Amino acid sequence: MSIKQLSIFLENKSGRLTEVLETLGQEKINIAAMSIADTSEYGILRLIVSDPEEALRLLKNKGFSVNMTDVIAIETPTYAGAFAEALKHFSDAQVGIEYMYAFELDNNGIIVMRTDDRQKAFKIIESNKLRLVSGNDIFKEKK
Amino acid sequence: MNQQYWEKELETLSQVDLQILQYERLKKTLRFASQSMYYKKLFAEKKINPDGFKSIKDIEKIPFTTKEDLRSNFPYGFLAAEKREVIRLHSSSGTTGNPTVVYHSKHDIDSWANLVARSLFAVGTRDTDVFQNISGYGLFTGGLGFQYGAERLGALTIPAGAGNSKRQIKLMRDYGTTVIHTIPSYVMHLVDFFREMNLDPRTDTDLRHMVIGAEPHTEETRQRIQAMMGIKAYNSYGLSEMNGPGVAFECEYQNGMHLWEDAFYAEIIDPVTLQHVPEGEIGELVLTSLDRQAMPILRYRTRDLTRFLPGSCPCGRTHRRIDRMKGRSDDMFIIRGCNVFPMQIEKVLMQIPEVGNNYMIQLETIDGVDEMIIEVEVLDGNFLDNYSKLEKLSKIITNEVKNEVLVTPKVKLVQPNHFPPCEGKALRVKDNRKQY
Repeated sequence: MSIKQLSIFLENKSGRLTEVLETLGQEKINIAAMSIADTSEYGILRLIVSDPEEALRLLKNKGFSVNMTDVIAIETPTYAGAFAEALKHFSDAQVGIEYMYAFELDNNGIIVMRTDDRQKAFKIIESNKLRLVSGNDIFKEKK
Repeated sequence: MNQQYWEKELETLSQVDLQILQYERLKKTLRFASQSMYYKKLFAEKKINPDGFKSIKDIEKIPFTTKEDLRSNFPYGFLAAEKREVIRLHSSSGTTGNPTVVYHSKHDIDSWANLVARSLFAVGTRDTDVFQNISGYGLFTGGLGFQYGAERLGALTIPAGAGNSKRQIKLMRDYGTTVIHTIPSYVMHLVDFFREMNLDPRTDTDLRHMVIGAEPHTEETRQRIQAMMGIKAYNSYGLSEMNGPGVAFECEYQNGMHLWEDAFYAEIIDPVTLQHVPEGEIGELVLTSLDRQAMPILRYRTRDLTRFLPGSCPCGRTHRRIDRMKGRSDDMFIIRGCNVFPMQIEKVLMQIPEVGNNYMIQLETIDGVDEMIIEVEVLDGNFLDNYSKLEKLSKIITNEVKNEVLVTPKVKLVQPNHFPPCEGKALRVKDNRKQY
């Protein structure tokens, strides 16, 4: 079980990010999590949104370069060291994390990540009884 | 029986007969030309006696005419007819000096319309077609040139004008347009609008084929246009100094453009030595109008680079074919000692599927060094997963361009909607270098 993430190519230019966010806001699409990293010229904006299919269509129509990918989201407690415990399972099994970001939901931490080996990642989650989070979990009250 | 050709006899005349016709028409043309202030003076200065011409080859006694000559004799220096005989003019915008203006008599407009009709017929356009002319009207020749030609052919002609993509698509669907004419860079924008309107040009229109011209473009660009539109796109060549559209046109075989040799005499020269290049080699196209009265132009240096294609065409037309334009002898730029044609870069970019259709080459002086910066549109794709894939794409483009033009560019990836839609010829090169 994984959740849909949108990756959007953004030029490093003022107004570009606002344009994306406004496009989604106008169509009442909620954003649960967001991460952006940049090089000197461009960045990739990653979003977890309430209606990824519709968001993809809207952004493509606006001429953005967008891609939808499956990522894994797991829930962790909020005490100090909880993230480290969760991630240690992956590093112990030699599963590489391409990128990750985190946000808080109902007093729990949510880690969104993309690994270089999905099958292995799911096995780790299962055997260590980590809690997987679905898109419905994130947007439950809002739907 | 005459289904294939608009004018069977003229289009299939043997090369020998064509040259005889050209010679006859040249003599007439020279008589008209000598009525103009410019050529009267030139013939006197160079002691050129048109009556002494023995064959079409004697044309080489006449000096070349350049755009500069046209401009410095603005406005009436080349006019060879009485004003009462002149019924129309077309001109360039002239933002950088005097405009280039061309005058037409009634005969000239008729002859031009016929050439465009012949061209459209050659790609299969018939009087049952609905022809939508997506082209600027007014001083630009693509509007009225195709309008008159398509009307001559008998097609239902929609003078749609340039721009306003949503209306263009609506016109196409309302009237069941079957043939369109536009510039290649506009097709790309049109396709974006189809998508925005949740329509597919391949299934949601009645289009049968299209005509593209006025902008040099590569075969790869044509292939993309054909795939996106789901129809054949035929290449058209013309320039306002030689009427406009209808100088050279592809036939159904899409293997080069038949240059209408009954109306134009073509030479191909080396732009540096000004000598004829060996048959089949690339050089600058030089044209002489052979069927124009109000303003004949002799041995005009078009600055367009092309070559004659060898062999005959299966369509049966005998008029020689020229290759698609390889660029212009004056859009070539020199950077770090290398000659670069923007077309070379376009060719490389269009072979990379992750890259969009628009691009911009900027020449800058950075810390005293001249740099070639290429802005390239990034299309959707799974390479958005992570930065290393995007960096790899940048590297591929850099290397491919370097292999082609021998200069390492700086590649800048931009969003697909980075470039504003253009309604005229797309500007592909900006030279901001400091001149020392």
